[in-house]
Amino acid sequence: MSNRWVAVLSGGLSHEREVSLRSGRRLSAALRSVGLVVEEWDADGNLLTRLKEHRPDAVVVALHGGEGENGSVQTILELMNVPFVGTDSRACRRAWDKPTAKGELARAGLVTPDWAVLPHATFRELGAQPVLDAMVEKLGLPLMLKPDQGGSALGAQVVRDAADLPTAMVGCLAYGNTVLAERFVEGVEVAVAVVDGPNGPYALPPVEIVPENGVYDYTARYTAGLTDFHAPARLDEKAAQAVGELAVSAHRLLGLRDVSRTDAIVAPDGTVNFLEVNVSPGLTETSLLPMAVEAAGQSLGDIYADLIERAVTR
Amino acid sequence: MTASEIRALFAVASRPEVVSLAGGMPHLAALPLESLSAEVADVVATEGLVALQYGSAHGVPELREQICDVMALEGIKAHPDDVVVTVGSQMGLDMVTRIFCDPGDVVLAEGPSYVGALGSFAAYQAQVVHVGMDADGLMPDALREAVASVERSGRRIKFLYTIPNFHNPAGVTLAVQRRAEVLEICRTHGILVVEDNPYGLLGFDGVTYPALRATDPDNVVYLGSFSKTFAAGLRVGWVLAPHAVREKLVLAAESATLCPPTLNQLIVSRYLTTHDWKGQIKTYREAYRERRDAAISALEQHMPLGSTWNKPNGGFYVWVTVPEGIDTKAMLPRAITQRVAYASGTGFYADGLGSRQLRISYCYPTPERIREGVRRLANVIKDEIELHETFGPTVGRAVSGPHSPSPDTA
Repeated sequence: MSNRWVAVLSGGLSHEREVSLRSGRRLSAALRSVGLVVEEWDADGNLLTRLKEHRPDAVVVALHGGEGENGSVQTILELMNVPFVGTDSRACRRAWDKPTAKGELARAGLVTPDWAVLPHATFRELGAQPVLDAMVEKLGLPLMLKPDQGGSALGAQVVRDAADLPTAMVGCLAYGNTVLAERFVEGVEVAVAVVDGPNGPYALPPVEIVPENGVYDYTARYTAGLTDFHAPARLDEKAAQAVGELAVSAHRLLGLRDVSRTDAIVAPDGTVNFLEVNVSPGLTETSLLPMAVEAAGQSLGDIYADLIERAVTR
Repeated sequence: MTASEIRALFAVASRPEVVSLAGGMPHLAALPLESLSAEVADVVATEGLVALQYGSAHGVPELREQICDVMALEGIKAHPDDVVVTVGSQMGLDMVTRIFCDPGDVVLAEGPSYVGALGSFAAYQAQVVHVGMDADGLMPDALREAVASVERSGRRIKFLYTIPNFHNPAGVTLAVQRRAEVLEICRTHGILVVEDNPYGLLGFDGVTYPALRATDPDNVVYLGSFSKTFAAGLRVGWVLAPHAVREKLVLAAESATLCPPTLNQLIVSRYLTTHDWKGQIKTYREAYRERRDAAISALEQHMPLGSTWNKPNGGFYVWVTVPEGIDTKAMLPRAITQRVAYASGTGFYADGLGSRQLRISYCYPTPERIREGVRRLANVIKDEIELHETFGPTVGRAVSGPHSPSPDTA
């Protein structure tokens, strides 16, 4: 039992505020259950004042999207010399931007579906249709469209018919100015959490995601019962090991710290494709990290209490 | 109930950085809290053993009498026995639907209509057929056509659900000369009228329109509420119904909740006895008129060409149509990024219409914030226009789950 007192940051102003508030509440309850003193703080204009006045032993960032994952909040914590759980600001920036993370990992030899990144301005200046045509020709259909930054699958869509592309682009670009188009890979969708332990980062059991309607979108993520999860994933030993290794590699190569979650697809030929990585994994009732923790026979409170000790003593 | 990407976006509406034009929370700052708290304390001190005890499902008799006085302002002559107090008029709506509708029955409702009503109708698997409105409210010809069309299809129409005054979300009022015609059409076809009138006393020009119930007591079920004229959090509303319906309502209410909260009823009753409630309504009206003016002048100043809106003469809402091609639901994340929230139009239709519309609520923010919110909204629309110029016409993407904000959204 630890008697540290920590501030859990959740909420914020991103599109994922709702999810973050739920993550924050659940994590706080888990930490209290293992004896920590916890305050839940919204990441608002009072953050600096609160940090100065209250000086928690550590901060846990349970913010999703925007400033909580792009390194901004982490930068503030670093400037204030406040220990915090999670990836440092510089690595956050790399991991948060999906194309940057894909590029770095591809260069290091990891497999990730072929992709193209374009801002709205390019479509506007060159004409949308020829650019979309070229995109389809290169990457094929179906195509995965996502905002280049952000999580919870907000704005993400699988496009199976080229005629649906303009609508999907409009939906995606409402979340940001740049779109990431990715070749769609069929296969077993898994999420693998990685936690830093005394002997380096290790993977928790992969969680397999089987959305009822085939697409793991926002509704499928946060509606109880709309997605079947298998923890551990129904993979053979070799594949299970491969996804774990991929997630640990991504964690190391991107310089992530404490905890991360890698989303991947295992193609029918066994190839493990890296999709994206999250520096602040969701911790809600239907989130993947808590399922992985449970599958590993561990408790969320214990894991985060350890990470808090690491943060305080590093 | 499915998790909704749209509804999740409203989570930021409560943050001060965001101007929320999305919710429908009344402007409670106008309430005399100090004198009110003294009365509430006295209710507990002197009537506590009644206030904290079970009551009848029918409602506290004294309050039912006072409710009749309130309705008299709209020309309604009613007997307190025909009033059933409910947990907000929403519960009244739910019970009326439960009593009248079997799965597959048709409810006629204005298009657009109140999202909470559409939710109740959906819960009892009633099918909503929307009837068009213009600047003078529900169109009698459209009503005749809708009735004929449903009858041809062999389905049963159980009632017309209508918000005649300062409509939510459309902001329009049913013209007085149309009222008799609407009632006549319904009577002729044996269609009950459910009149939902939460905003009737909030007319900005001092005009209170005669309730439909005032002229047709036998065929109108009237839903009333203290949420907009006093305090929404007390959840005290009522149903005024013809005798036979009222009996069923009392039994339904008993099985649903045993009785509406006695304490809350006594608080409302005490407030009506000890406070200048008519003066309070006037204060609310003036606050809302000032906010309406702020919204309209900001819309005139900032909105891009191709946008239209109405100027409501009462109530909480302006219904805005944005330039063609824009899907207000798809645009919402952009609005959140630019720190403004609104309710997209599709939530107010049961049939998927409304993608080009949005509702602005001016009830809760200050006039200054409303102007800033509309300015931001106009910029959001301009950016979205640019996106549509790039990608050409698109069709609205289907998004599951509720599209409208929850009641506690700012």
